[in-house]
Amino acid sequence: MGVNDVEEAVAAAFREEWGQVVATLIRVTGDWDLAEECAQDAFAQALDRWPRDGVPRRPGAWLTTTARNRALDVLRREAVGAAKLREVAVLARDDGPYDPDDEDDEDDSGVTDDRLRLIFTCCHPALPMEARVALTLRTLAGLTTPEIARAFLVPEATMAQRLVRAKRKIRNAGIPYRVPPAHLLPERTTGVLGVVYLLFNEGYAATSGADLLRTNLCAEAIRLARVLARLMPDEPEALGLLALLLLHDARQGTRVDAAGELVTLEDQDRTAWDRAAIDEGAALLETALRRGRPGPYQIQAAIAACHTTAATAEETDWADIAALYGELRHFVPSAVVELNRAVAVGMAEEPEAGLALLAELEKAGDLAGYHLLPATRADLLRRMGRTGEAAEAYARALDLVENDAERRFLEKRLAECRSA
Amino acid sequence: MKYALFICTPVGGEELSPEEIADDPRFTSYIEEVRSRDIVKGGARLRPSTDATTVRVQGDEVLLSDGPFVESKEYVAGIDIIEVADLDEAISLASRHPAALGGGSVEVRPVWE
Repeated sequence: MGVNDVEEAVAAAFREEWGQVVATLIRVTGDWDLAEECAQDAFAQALDRWPRDGVPRRPGAWLTTTARNRALDVLRREAVGAAKLREVAVLARDDGPYDPDDEDDEDDSGVTDDRLRLIFTCCHPALPMEARVALTLRTLAGLTTPEIARAFLVPEATMAQRLVRAKRKIRNAGIPYRVPPAHLLPERTTGVLGVVYLLFNEGYAATSGADLLRTNLCAEAIRLARVLARLMPDEPEALGLLALLLLHDARQGTRVDAAGELVTLEDQDRTAWDRAAIDEGAALLETALRRGRPGPYQIQAAIAACHTTAATAEETDWADIAALYGELRHFVPSAVVELNRAVAVGMAEEPEAGLALLAELEKAGDLAGYHLLPATRADLLRRMGRTGEAAEAYARALDLVENDAERRFLEKRLAECRSA
Repeated sequence: MKYALFICTPVGGEELSPEEIADDPRFTSYIEEVRSRDIVKGGARLRPSTDATTVRVQGDEVLLSDGPFVESKEYVAGIDIIEVADLDEAISLASRHPAALGGGSVEVRPVWE
């Protein structure tokens, strides 16, 4: 086996196994820093030994055992008091040395439970949201601190500090390392899915080449959503989330043109959408919906599926989309959902119906200062041919917009309306 | 693990007398539960912050001021020291405390041991 093949095998093992190795080591040692250190060491040893000994049949088990033995060494060296020595003794009894003949025993390290334990702990509601996201990326996805810092546009020292504080709080505040008991599970699961969704949105909001590290977050979020869907097969919302992310991501490449300008959904090149991702997302959604327990991610995935499975923009089933937003309101009572419903109603029926819903939203005032409120009004007016009023609304949206790509898009529309 | 629960109530909110608390089923059921499980390791109910005196020392001078250290919308009306397995258990207990249910809040702080 060539050096490159081995390096590739180690890289693949890193993507696949890092989270599991760290998760198991945290359970065994109770020490997050030691777990990361020993996991890193195990991957370094793999680079050293796999070229000579060959890639093991179960790389994950090899890495976990290697990391575990390393942890034992460290703990033995550090063991000064009797209590510490007892701890090490328990550890040694718990997990014997790696036995290559034992490879068929899939359950030896409680793999599944450890990764679930890890993500539920990383996403504990007693941690600040930004710490949950950072900790999940570091411990479960294996991103380095500098990578996470760049992705969230904060200095490396800030991100390092954030991770240190989060780990310290887990230890000092006694946040349990476990999958929550049944009565807490629904609420905590929602929290975990929310972290992955936020992660995806961070990446999705990035559009230009300079933001490539951020778009990488989408891939990480999908990877985590896959893990969750696999680990929680009975949770339709986990499937719904994965479906939603795949359906959104399928359009990623067509959302901006070669010049970096935003392309609206109706103008995107549908032939360039990722068919495999759309098919997978739609199939996952169907499986989830069959469980008969709808939730916000399944409904949003259903909306995304309405868009991505329409052969042309004109064939989009806006009545279905409007109904789905109506449904979504019961789960997520937010003004942004109402805004999207207004758009769908305007497209399904007459633009006037959408404008009427917008007027209610404007009166309620929840979205004051949100550029998409006047931008939506502008778009409906433009479709009605009321270009003068549309131009006024575009100008108001431009006063509020912050993202450069969106600004250029609104400016283009404003110019079109003025010259109409 | 040991935690301190700071029972905070809004300033100007109702101040129940010990007799009223003894008669209030929300409190009695809570108190019974924590007693039966031997969770509470100590604590005290505190008089309102208007009865507080704050002491500072500058050099040799002892400075007194009337009222709490910081004026805020809530004041600490009581402290419970509890011993439970982990933060989730502490949160679960705090979320059932009558003060948390009645418009106040409970700050959960691990005891430095």
